[in-house]
Amino acid sequence: MSQPLSGLLHHERPIFAYGHPGRSGASLPACDVPAVDLQALWPAALLRDQPPALPEVSEPQVVRHYTRLSQWNMSIDTAMYPLGSCTMKYNPRIADLAAGLPAFADLHPYQPEEQLQGALLLLHELEQMLKALGGFSRVTLQPAAGAHGELCGLMMIRAYHADRGQARRKVLIPDTAHGTNPATCTLNGFTALELPTSAERGVLEPETVRAALDDEVAALMITNPNTLGLFETHIVEIAEMVHRAGGLVYMDGANFNAVMGKFRPGDIGVDAMHFNLHKTFATPHGGGGPGAGPVGVSAALEPFLPIPTVERVGERLRLDYDRPRSIGRLRSFWGNFLVLLRAWVYLREHGAEGLSRVSELAVLNANYLRVQLRALLHVPHPQHCMHEVVASDRDLRPLGLSTVDLAKRLIDYGFHPPTVYFPLVVPGALMVEPTETEAPETLDAFVAALAAIVEEAHSSPDLLRSAPHLAGVGRLDEARAARKPRLRYRPDPDPETP
Amino acid sequence: MRDLPHTEQQISAMLQAIGVPDLEALFDVIPEAARFRGTLDLPPALSEPELRRELQRLGRRNTVSSTLGRGASGATGGALGNQREADDEGPLPFIGAGLPRHAIPAAVDSLAARGEFATAYTPYQAEVSQGTLAAIFEFQTIVCELFGSDYANASMYDGASAAAEALLMARRLTGRPRALISAGIHPEYLQTCRSYLSGLGDDVALESLPSNAAGATDLDGLQARLARDVACVVIQTPSFFGVLEDLIPLAKAAHDHCALLVALCTEPLALGLLQAPGRAGADIVVGEGLGLAGPPSCGGPGVGLFGASGAKALRQLPGRLVGETVDVHGRTGYVLTLSTREQHIRRAKATSNICTNHGLIALRFTIHLALLGPQGLRRLAQLNLAKAVYAQRAIAALPGFAMRFPAPFFNEFAVRVPGGDAAALVAYASDQHGVVPGVALGAFDERERATLLVGISDLHRRQDIDRLVAALREASR
Repeated sequence: MSQPLSGLLHHERPIFAYGHPGRSGASLPACDVPAVDLQALWPAALLRDQPPALPEVSEPQVVRHYTRLSQWNMSIDTAMYPLGSCTMKYNPRIADLAAGLPAFADLHPYQPEEQLQGALLLLHELEQMLKALGGFSRVTLQPAAGAHGELCGLMMIRAYHADRGQARRKVLIPDTAHGTNPATCTLNGFTALELPTSAERGVLEPETVRAALDDEVAALMITNPNTLGLFETHIVEIAEMVHRAGGLVYMDGANFNAVMGKFRPGDIGVDAMHFNLHKTFATPHGGGGPGAGPVGVSAALEPFLPIPTVERVGERLRLDYDRPRSIGRLRSFWGNFLVLLRAWVYLREHGAEGLSRVSELAVLNANYLRVQLRALLHVPHPQHCMHEVVASDRDLRPLGLSTVDLAKRLIDYGFHPPTVYFPLVVPGALMVEPTETEAPETLDAFVAALAAIVEEAHSSPDLLRSAPHLAGVGRLDEARAARKPRLRYRPDPDPETP
Repeated sequence: MRDLPHTEQQISAMLQAIGVPDLEALFDVIPEAARFRGTLDLPPALSEPELRRELQRLGRRNTVSSTLGRGASGATGGALGNQREADDEGPLPFIGAGLPRHAIPAAVDSLAARGEFATAYTPYQAEVSQGTLAAIFEFQTIVCELFGSDYANASMYDGASAAAEALLMARRLTGRPRALISAGIHPEYLQTCRSYLSGLGDDVALESLPSNAAGATDLDGLQARLARDVACVVIQTPSFFGVLEDLIPLAKAAHDHCALLVALCTEPLALGLLQAPGRAGADIVVGEGLGLAGPPSCGGPGVGLFGASGAKALRQLPGRLVGETVDVHGRTGYVLTLSTREQHIRRAKATSNICTNHGLIALRFTIHLALLGPQGLRRLAQLNLAKAVYAQRAIAALPGFAMRFPAPFFNEFAVRVPGGDAAALVAYASDQHGVVPGVALGAFDERERATLLVGISDLHRRQDIDRLVAALREASR
């Protein structure tokens, strides 16, 4: 048996592989009540016939395994993570402390309302703050994510039209939209109609909307700023047009980090918008959730808010389940409470001026990157951007290289890659969102890394093609994963090691 | 602001590089009609010490176990520097109702709090996300094992949305519109399913199934309602009332009509003792895992568990999946896979609009189950059952109290209270005794005004249960 050398580049197997039959990392109290005979209590048909094959490991093994796994992750805490449209900014530690407080974490939502007054007050205060930021008449805190917020918003829009005896079936969506937008339409029985954005200007033109509007249109779904990092300059005119045709306007708030204190969607006729708390208000992304996607609404949609809402009556707060025109429920309980708590902390720490400053610096950082990137890569919209800038692999393609090669090579320079191949309107897109919490010198280092990679693309393209070289694993075979799906651990029938 | 690194000097230099005079000019692209010129009506900014005080102010208005029995002005807990006197603590509320409470080992908290896990994002770039991906792969395996399912996804928002997605998946798999739903389903899950299906036209019907005297789904009633347009039968076990369902005959009946059986479990700990729903014939199994992942957290974030079996199921699963593969050197690694089901690829034709999972809570669930192992899981389940039986026998012996349904149950049971007003009993016991004895079910169903749902946990000591029984005895006099 030769011993492989791994140093700090340890290779960790699934936790199941470290087990031994009979081992357990549990610490359970002795039973302080009379023992019961399961066979006597339950009919035989209910009894489990084989125990689940869970890991059989000690606590130190568990701690070492997951600590090692964590070291295989790039994260905001370890590197710049300029993932466009995701707003990967620093997550304040005071919010971690808040989310761990027993005074909140130990509460069960079905305790008597008198025992929940602090939690309900916090939700009420959060709703007030989000209302102020977006210019809305109410905000529901229920949705668990941005896409869940979209679902909520479109349900309310559907209810609004049904309430007026209209069965409008179409939703207009620009071609720069996130995939969740059309998927949400389908779930609501709507047909998504894709609107082309101007190739030159990257925004939705009023003529395009006008041509698509009719009495079948329930809503326009628009992301603003959009996924090209551009502000939809015709938003006011377009919103008016949609309203005149009897439709409503839904705004995807994924990129709200760019406009806090500068633009309030509710003021210009947006009827519903989801806030992504994990983006704009810095609740940690958790390796892909949980986040939260509260939805702000105009007065027109208020009757249709999901249940429950939090209502303040004098000094007392109560949950209101009795809303006859409500779209109903979207989930259990009241929302992703501990995520909402973190967002409350972020908003209370920053205040009005701080939030405006956040947007100013987010846009400053993105534009600073934009002007540097123009010299290195093709930037389809080089004039101005908001929170993110989109480049493409147009100039790399003649060298036989593509976006993915550039992205993987960035890993070797210590940066998480940007969002790749999105938005779809830019072939080979690279979507870079630095956020406000990256220092200018970090942006310079990022640009220097890109410059070095572009240089390598000409001098030694294979370095890019075979990247990453310094990630613990090399480039992974995604095609094979899909062709031969292995979606759970199975013990190796003939292990190589005894 | 401490999170903003820019110095004034750097800002000037950057503005110059961009070629704009000041920060305001960066927003000139916003048309004047859309430009907000006012001041946001937000409370003043707070420093960290002030934030802590403010959190304390709000926390003091809540009542948690450490403050029960001492009025509503107790401590907010250790993290803010308050001493908690363990002996003085009232018992944890006797509430499960879809959100059971269990002891969570400290290792779960410390590992899941690692920034490398918590501050990463969706593992789109597999080579720098192997930690998240490997953990999800383990999570999928554990869910498959617990549920007895062939496949499990990377998790959903919560149990209720997972149940709704299961209905949608059953419609896709069968091409049929209707769903028959047991009367024992959590009422909030039923409401969620209704909302999710509301947009799919008039052909959608959710029909409630009758229960038998034991509080379980009535087999004859199911047989009578099964027809060629039924996509699935949805059964919760343990039910909202705590009743254990025998899935085997229900699954057979559904399958005889080419319908699917969807099993729902809001207390996966029961599966330490209870037959895996997949092995009892369930085609899709969904549930809520928060009880084994963390404290009740006011109800969220939780973690929706989603398993399914059968060759056709894989391509119809909603949400994310992680698969094993190899890298260019032949080493094992993990990637997000089969994404052609998902919204970012398929857009309007996706299996779901979900774009995320509840990765961090799924990680907590995974770590806890890894610590327990099969033996720990069984012992923890036995502990819950023994304590629940102890409580149930004592309460059923109280004058005027009666079991709403006969056994079998796991760690939760419904009782009818004397006087017929469970809500008043809860209020009285909470105020006078510092004991929250359960959930009054009248809030969910007017016909169940007299019913109290009592949830018992491994965290309830014998003296806590004795205190509950004493409070109920006194309160019902």
